[in-house]
Amino acid sequence: MNISRRSIKVISMMALPLLFSTACIKKEEVEVIKTAEVTATAPAKKALSQDEIVIGAVFPMTGAIATYGQESVNGIKMALEVINKSGDLAKKIRLIVEDNKGEPVDSSNAVRKLINIDNVHAIIGSVASSNTLAGAPIAQQNKVPMLTPASTNAKVTMTGDYISRTCFTDDFQGVVMAKFAHETLKKSKALIIVDNSSDYSKGLAKVFSTEFTKLGGTLLGTTDEFTYTQKDTDFRSLLRKVKRQNPDVIFLPGYYTEVGLMLKQAKQLGMSVPFLGGDGWDSPKLQELAGPEAIKGNYISSHFSPDDQDPTVKSFVDAYTESFKQKPGAMAALGYDGMLVLADALKRAGELNHRNIRDAIAKTAGFKGVTGSITIDAARNATKSAVVLETTPAGMAFKQKVAP
Amino acid sequence: MNQDLVYFFSDLVQYLINGLAQGSIYALIALGYTMVYGIIKLINFAHGEFYMIGAFVGYYCLMSGMPLLLAFPVAMIGAGLVAIVVEKIVYKPIRHAGRIPALITALGTSLFFQYLGQGLIGADPKAFPEAIKSVTYTFGEVMITSTQIIIMAMTFILMLLLYWLVNHTRTGKAMRATSFNKNAAELMGINTDKIISITFFIGSSLAGAAGVLVGMYYNTVEPMMGLIPGLKAFIAAVLGGIGIIPGAVIGGLVLGVAENLVVGFWVSTYRDAIAFGILILILLIKPAGILGKNRREKV
Amino acid sequence: MEYFSHLLLNSGIFIILSVSLNLINGICGQFSLGHAGFWAVGAYTGAAYGVYLAPDFLPDFVNLFISCGIGFLTAALAGVLIGVPCLRLRGDYLAIATLGFGEIIRIIIMNMDTVGGPRGFTNIPLWSNLFWVYAWVAITILVIANILRGTHGRAIISIREDEIAADSMGIYTFKYKTMAFVLGAGFAGLAGSLFAHANQFLHPNGFTFMWSVIILLMIILGGLGSITGSIVGAVILTFLPEMLRFMGETISEWRMVIYAVLLILLMLMKPTGIFGKHEFNVLSFLAKFTGKKKEII
Repeated sequence: MNISRRSIKVISMMALPLLFSTACIKKEEVEVIKTAEVTATAPAKKALSQDEIVIGAVFPMTGAIATYGQESVNGIKMALEVINKSGDLAKKIRLIVEDNKGEPVDSSNAVRKLINIDNVHAIIGSVASSNTLAGAPIAQQNKVPMLTPASTNAKVTMTGDYISRTCFTDDFQGVVMAKFAHETLKKSKALIIVDNSSDYSKGLAKVFSTEFTKLGGTLLGTTDEFTYTQKDTDFRSLLRKVKRQNPDVIFLPGYYTEVGLMLKQAKQLGMSVPFLGGDGWDSPKLQELAGPEAIKGNYISSHFSPDDQDPTVKSFVDAYTESFKQKPGAMAALGYDGMLVLADALKRAGELNHRNIRDAIAKTAGFKGVTGSITIDAARNATKSAVVLETTPAGMAFKQKVAP
Repeated sequence: MNQDLVYFFSDLVQYLINGLAQGSIYALIALGYTMVYGIIKLINFAHGEFYMIGAFVGYYCLMSGMPLLLAFPVAMIGAGLVAIVVEKIVYKPIRHAGRIPALITALGTSLFFQYLGQGLIGADPKAFPEAIKSVTYTFGEVMITSTQIIIMAMTFILMLLLYWLVNHTRTGKAMRATSFNKNAAELMGINTDKIISITFFIGSSLAGAAGVLVGMYYNTVEPMMGLIPGLKAFIAAVLGGIGIIPGAVIGGLVLGVAENLVVGFWVSTYRDAIAFGILILILLIKPAGILGKNRREKV
Repeated sequence: MEYFSHLLLNSGIFIILSVSLNLINGICGQFSLGHAGFWAVGAYTGAAYGVYLAPDFLPDFVNLFISCGIGFLTAALAGVLIGVPCLRLRGDYLAIATLGFGEIIRIIIMNMDTVGGPRGFTNIPLWSNLFWVYAWVAITILVIANILRGTHGRAIISIREDEIAADSMGIYTFKYKTMAFVLGAGFAGLAGSLFAHANQFLHPNGFTFMWSVIILLMIILGGLGSITGSIVGAVILTFLPEMLRFMGETISEWRMVIYAVLLILLMLMKPTGIFGKHEFNVLSFLAKFTGKKKEII
């Protein structure tokens, strides 16, 4: 008697999950059949809406790295305004922004939601490579084009032929800055400080170190010796250690949130060595965080120069400054360009289905954006020029342009 | 060889100074943690958010042109008032239900303030106005900035004040009584609800003070800034023996110094791992924290 | 709909995580905050098997089975390494020590290049599906529910109720605490392996201590000590933030704030969680209607 009751209790406890599983086995069978069909007879997906264009954006709008996501979305929304106002596209674009909190799990959920529920034409996102990598396999499996405006990690576009990007990769920036340090600044003893929790930073550091030694410079220490992690605020002890090594140039590929603090603390410690960085520095916030003294005399590679008198850049910078009461940073510019490239592809796609949109994105060539002339290559990466900027209290000053 | 030795010692002193400055901030936050825990046995996960609120109150006060001497107490009071409101609305109704539900409401409160901050103020870091010009004093190879001195001095002063308050005033006596045995304290005519609110107020205003000091030290404030220092302060409080006021200070300083020594003499990659390792080691040797007494449990 | 079936799959994984944490926290009464660490150990070792070692000739479900086994064993081993020294700590001290270990595990993974480090672990084969995830859910529940019914389970429960009394009754509390801890860790590792093969991508930042806290939330929301409660809690907390995406633009913009408010409200209204310490039971449920007196435990 007791035993039977016990087993009933256990079974009743399992009722819930079992119910789920039986309900879902059926679903799964259906899906297996569906995918089988897809592979057999071309696309059998839900037809895309032809009355309006739905674009999904996946960005960290909350959470630890929300500042990059919010800035990117600002740029995207501005681009959208321009597109919808100009009437170049016969149909209106509707943007659905999904938050991923900067978490891989949420990224993959958000991408699934956009594809399955909203039936989007294409996805734009995300900023951190780890979030893009979490969402990319899903977009690839569902054959929905995904365009990332700012994920520079080489792996991102290797996920599959539906994933492309409108920014350059880490490799290019590292080479540019190594050449700049050695040839333009004539420095020979470099030291690298790495953000150990960021793949972007590690990637740039690696490329810089090989390129710099190849050019004949010496590297003090290794790339794992001077590290910090995102959200750190106190770099005084690290900088003390760096100072002991006596470098004549420091490469610091990181994001402006930490770099700003580090520059300020370095100045307080009496360091006057130039710091070099990548596009992660490029934000008007950097000037605020570092302060007018510490910001002087450092150089970064980035995508565009806000002082550029080119009408495309000028109108973007003016419009952005008016809307958001601050100058645009790299994230905003990249988001803006990403959206424009996507709109341009939609214009050329003809009948709107995922395959056509993807093909149109891949055929982008010489698109004139804020961040330069964008051409998507065979590996679905953008080839475009980089600029070297000097950080000054007033903003980023143009130094030189480097062609790919 | 001799020169190396000079370098070594001056570096050591430098790391100690940096560590003490950072540890002071941990200590200030940990004090509030430990006080609240001492009185209602609640791990107040939202404590880091009171620190963030204090920092933002200070930020907006200074931006509006208020002098620092006024902005500092205003930020402390602001953080304290928010804490009282939270205590009255959220913690008080759940106090009778035991510790675990209270812990979850604390977590909920923490998430609430973080995401509300990101929604209202925006996630981007704000540059904290430079209220006092930072001056660097150099002694041979060792450097100390005026902000570091202010931070350490303020921590010391606030700690003395707290010590005096808890040990030499009627309110302090009531606090100790409530912490010792709440029911008995109530029977002796102590309004424990009021005492708990006061404890929240004091603890959170200390966190608010830490928020302003951090703003001055690192020049940045943002809505998620409470997360990591909150966690570190919790560790510091446990390290020193949770519920014990001097323990929180010792725990904070030990943690700060240990972190800076790891960064300075080894690689920073494992800084947090080492910090946690030290914590676990100390707990294994002294399971109730540095100052905690190993009481044998009785039935 | 693939989106919903994926959410279901995720909630299955979280059911395993919450039921296993419930064994440690709710049933044995040991306050652990390091569950995400064990989850990560299982996820990374299971994924490493899938990426580097798995022979292609085996069918996927066999590979998944092996991967889950590896995840279980490594996480259980981590459980032994952490549990044996730490379980002599009590209450909040144990919580902070396990939290520390969880973070240490994450930092180590962050610095291991073979599993991607901060780049994240990519190209993990897709082996998990709803059937196998829920099969494992059923196995987990069966194992844990059955242990609870036996001598071991009674001993474990007695530790929660009063450790000193249990000790004086001749129960070797350390052994049973370790047993609960290691078993809980093992199942978390198993969930990790399923998770890796469902999402195909792992990143160390997906295993921060906030996730330990979220799993803890699940079991407290459902009712500490109740297995049914853990299941319901896991399902609710997986679906809730996602469902808030559908409530229109303003709400989805503020969804995390709303989520936090809902949490607080739920706790204020039902501090013991949805189920309290009770299990959902068909017999007692029916007894309510027939008016029969409850006689089952």
